[in-house]
This record gives sequence, structure tokens and C-alpha cells, in this order.
Amino acid sequence: MFQFLLRRLIVALLVAATVMVLAFVLTRLSGDLATSIAGANATAADIEAIRKAYGLDRPVITQFFDWVGRAVTGDLGESYFFKARVASLIGERMPVTLTLGLTGLVIALVVSLPLGILAAVRENTGLDRFVQMVALLGQAMPSFWLGLLLMITFGLQLGWLPISGTGSWQNYVMPGVVLAFSAIPALTRLTRAGMIQAMGSDYIRTARAKGLSRASILLKHALRNAAIPVVAIAAVQLGFMLGGSIVIEQVFALHGVGFLAWESIAKNDFPVVQAVVLVLAVIYVALTMLADLMNAVLDPRLRSA
Amino acid sequence: MTVAAVNAGPKRGWKSASTWIGAVIVGTAAICAVFAPLLVPHDPFAQDLGKRLLVPFWMEGTDPRHLLGTDQLGRDYLSRLIWGCRISMLIGVTVTIVSGLIGITIGVLGGFMGGRVDDAVLFAITTRLSIPVVLVALAVVGLLGSSLPLLVITLGLLLWDRFAVVARSTTMQVRNLDFVAAAWCAGCSHFRILSREVLPNIASHLVVVATLEIALAILLEAALSFLGLGVPPPLPSWGLMIAEAKDYMFFSPWVIVIPGVALFVLVLGINLLGDGLRDLFGARSDP
Repeated sequence: MFQFLLRRLIVALLVAATVMVLAFVLTRLSGDLATSIAGANATAADIEAIRKAYGLDRPVITQFFDWVGRAVTGDLGESYFFKARVASLIGERMPVTLTLGLTGLVIALVVSLPLGILAAVRENTGLDRFVQMVALLGQAMPSFWLGLLLMITFGLQLGWLPISGTGSWQNYVMPGVVLAFSAIPALTRLTRAGMIQAMGSDYIRTARAKGLSRASILLKHALRNAAIPVVAIAAVQLGFMLGGSIVIEQVFALHGVGFLAWESIAKNDFPVVQAVVLVLAVIYVALTMLADLMNAVLDPRLRSA
Repeated sequence: MTVAAVNAGPKRGWKSASTWIGAVIVGTAAICAVFAPLLVPHDPFAQDLGKRLLVPFWMEGTDPRHLLGTDQLGRDYLSRLIWGCRISMLIGVTVTIVSGLIGITIGVLGGFMGGRVDDAVLFAITTRLSIPVVLVALAVVGLLGSSLPLLVITLGLLLWDRFAVVARSTTMQVRNLDFVAAAWCAGCSHFRILSREVLPNIASHLVVVATLEIALAILLEAALSFLGLGVPPPLPSWGLMIAEAKDYMFFSPWVIVIPGVALFVLVLGINLLGDGLRDLFGARSDP
């Protein structure tokens, strides 16, 4: 168990280090940062002053290690546009994105677990095909478009839900549903496949032979085994959702981390851009590790892997 | 698969209606994409401010010369929709070629060589998965300026992971089979074994992945264009059409419904065809 943890941790740290290099290189793609920060009307002297002030006159390698050295202590630099610490900017916006991501994940699980179980129990019936069709439709749905359609229907025509802002829980209903749509197909298919496999196994036959109730067989015996891959994918999906929420935050004007990143890209505010890329990647890495851990707890067989 | 699934399974492959529906949708889209300049009833770029936001054929007060109406600048919506199909298909296919080349090379190398090479390949896949795709693509396009080639290269560099995963695992299965051993014994080179023995045997799995990737690339391009950092205007990408029409959607919902339905149907069609092909080849596409 300890070795298993240690190996995962080393890989996670290496991934984080690689992402730091990539995020740093990414923001330097545009060439001379000082020129783009200064804007179109800047004089050569202005650009030179900016270059000095932000330390962009130093060698790139020095800049990189300076950024890394500060980042590991939690100092992600200062935003050029917002005139604030990047870490506190991200900290302020993170609750919105996390709330959105978790809402999406909960909705996705609430929909896909029962659907997957139902489809598995009624395998190859009309119901099963219907569930698979729903998964297929969900996969093809462009999230931003679904968001706009919901806004027109439930926001404007029915007037049930607010179409933008972050004032109350109601603001998270539509974005949460839209975000959930991206995870429902994968989670449903996985639950279905896991349940079908579990239901065909020997221990289920034993449980049936013992005369256990149908509910007990399904939920206690089959689901517990089918849940192992679902738990792993659910944690990974949450990571994807946080990264993908940039589109949905934009549609619903939710001022989360994705919105912040979008604003910063538009404003050439590269310390924020590279910090958001890094933070989202680290969260993803942490979530996949958490998924591995939860798997190890749920299934002792995996601990030696 | 359980015994019951084999016996009483639904119709698969070309016997299944959904595969045909997918094939028809993809075929229509391919024709629209290739022959767009011949098919468009009007110039998709020509503005006519006197004819702004004309309604489509199913609504009252429609202009028969503009079947799907016109957009906020008076451009014919049907023509832009057909041209947008060309953009979507072009991006879907080219991104998949780029990402396929990268992913298949990496995956086959890892699966075939094993050992340290494979460790490096696995690490590359893990790292790639931890990078937020939409954000990085937006940042690249935002910093370098939007253009079609840049968009294709960026998405191609980001979407190779599934190719690599599937190429790696299928290569591992093929590597130990007898015909590969026979090729070794016959003195074939690494390159020859990979290109003549391994690749043809994993190709069907890769074709299925390719369909999924085309669909994914089309959806991503639409999302990026929707956020204003994808295809540069005035090119009629469906995502860009939705973005430009967004301000009018509360009064004329059809302006976002039309390109959205087109996007949804095309992606659905590609996925249906992909599922059909997977059943036909008996291949698995899930990592």
C-alpha cells in the first residue's frame, strides 16, 4: 500500500513539473510579452520600462526558475490587468467553479447510476436501447448550445430560473445540468457495463441461491463491484468538468476560474493564464490520485498494483 | 460479454438501422463539405443589410429565396450553414490526421518496445490528460491570433491521447502473436514489422478511434469559435454562427437553433457510424 502511494505521488509530481514547463512555454509563444502588455500606442521607452518592471529583461531560464520557486510556495505572481495577486484572484473565483463542478458531478451521478443499473437489469430490452440512445444523444450535444437553449426555455419563456449571475443556488441549476450532460454518457455506459459484468458473475449466483432479496443483490453485491470503475471515472470527470467549465461559465456569466482565464487570455494577462493552467492541472492530478486511493479502499485487490 | 448478450443482442454493424442513419448523415455532410461552392444558393459572405434576420421557411413572412432565412448582417443562412459544414468537416478530419499521426506513433512505439520507452509513453499520456484542453487551446489561439492552420495544429497536438492509449494496448496484444514472431525469425526489420505486421492488425481499432476524434474535434472547434477564439470571422463556422446570433436569440430563437441542430446532428451521425464500425470490426475503443 505504501509503495503504491509513493509511486503514484512521484508520477504526480513529475506530471506537475512537466505542466509547469508547458504552461510557461505556452505563455511565451506570442513572442515579446512586454510589447503586447504595453499595447499598440506604446513608445519604445514605455516597452523598455515595462520589460524592466516585470523582470522580462532577464534570461528566460531565470524567469522560469523564479516563477517555479515562487509557485511552489503558493505565490503565483501578480496580474498585470487586475493589479492583484494571482493566487488571491484564483482563490476568490475558485468557489464558483468548484460549486459548479460539484453540482454537475452530483447531477451526473444521480442521473447515470440509476439509468446504468436499469439498462443493465433490463439488458437488450427497449429500455436498455433507450438508455443507450440517451447516452449517445448526450455525447453529441454541444454544451454551450444546450446552455443557450435552456436559457431561452427556462430563463426567458418560462421564467423559472435566472439566466446569469451567481446570487443564489438557482444560478447553478442550468449550468450544472449542462455540465452534467458532458459526463452522463460515459458514467451511464460504465455503470451499465460494470453491472452487466457483475450480474453474470459467480458471487451473484451464490447470493441468488442464498435467497437474498433482489434489491440486496443489486445494490449490495453487484453495485459495489460495478462502482469501482465508476468512482474512478467520476473523479476524473470532475477534473475534466473543472477544465471544461470555462465554456459554461462564459455562457451563464458565472465569474469563476474559467471566466477569469478567458478574461486574462483576452487581455494578454499571462501570469494569470499560466497560473490557471497549472492550478487546473494540479487539481486534475490530485483527483486522479484520489480516484486511485478510493479504488484501493473499495477493492483491496488493487492495492498491490 | 455475457452469453445472453451474444444470443439475444440487438442488430449490429450494417444490419443496424443506426449505423445506416450515421452513414447517411456523414455522407451528406461530406458531400456538402466537398461541393459547398457548387451547392450554396447565395454567396455565404455577401451582406445585405436591407434583408437582416429574415425568418426561415416554416415561419410566417419568409422569403422563398432564403430557405433558412438570413443572419444579422443579411447573409443567407442556408449558404452559411453549408459552408460551415465544410469548415467543421475540414477541421474534424485534419485535426484527426495530425492527432492520429502523433498518437499512433507514440502508442505503437510504447506498446511494441515496452520497458523504458513504454514508461515514457505512459507518462506522456498522463501529462497530456492533466492539461485542460479548452483552456490551453484558447490561450494559444488568443496569444497567436486566430487562423485555421493554427487551430488545426493546436487541437491536433492536444487530442492524440485516445489514439495513443488504444494503439498502445492493441499493439501489446498483437506483439506476442505468432505471425509477429514469424516475421522476426524471417529477419524483418523493426520498421517492416511495425508497418506490415502490427499496423494492419490494429487499424480497425484506430478507425473507430478516428471517428470519435473527428466528432470531438468538431465539438471543440465549435466551442472555441463560440468563445471567439476559434475560426476567424467572417468564415461561417457553426460555433461562430451561434456566437454571432446570440444577441438575437431571445427574439428569434431559430438563429441559434439552426446551426446548433446542424452541429448536433453531424456529431450524432459520426458517433452512430463509429459505433456501427466498432461492432462491425468487433473492436473496442474505450481505453
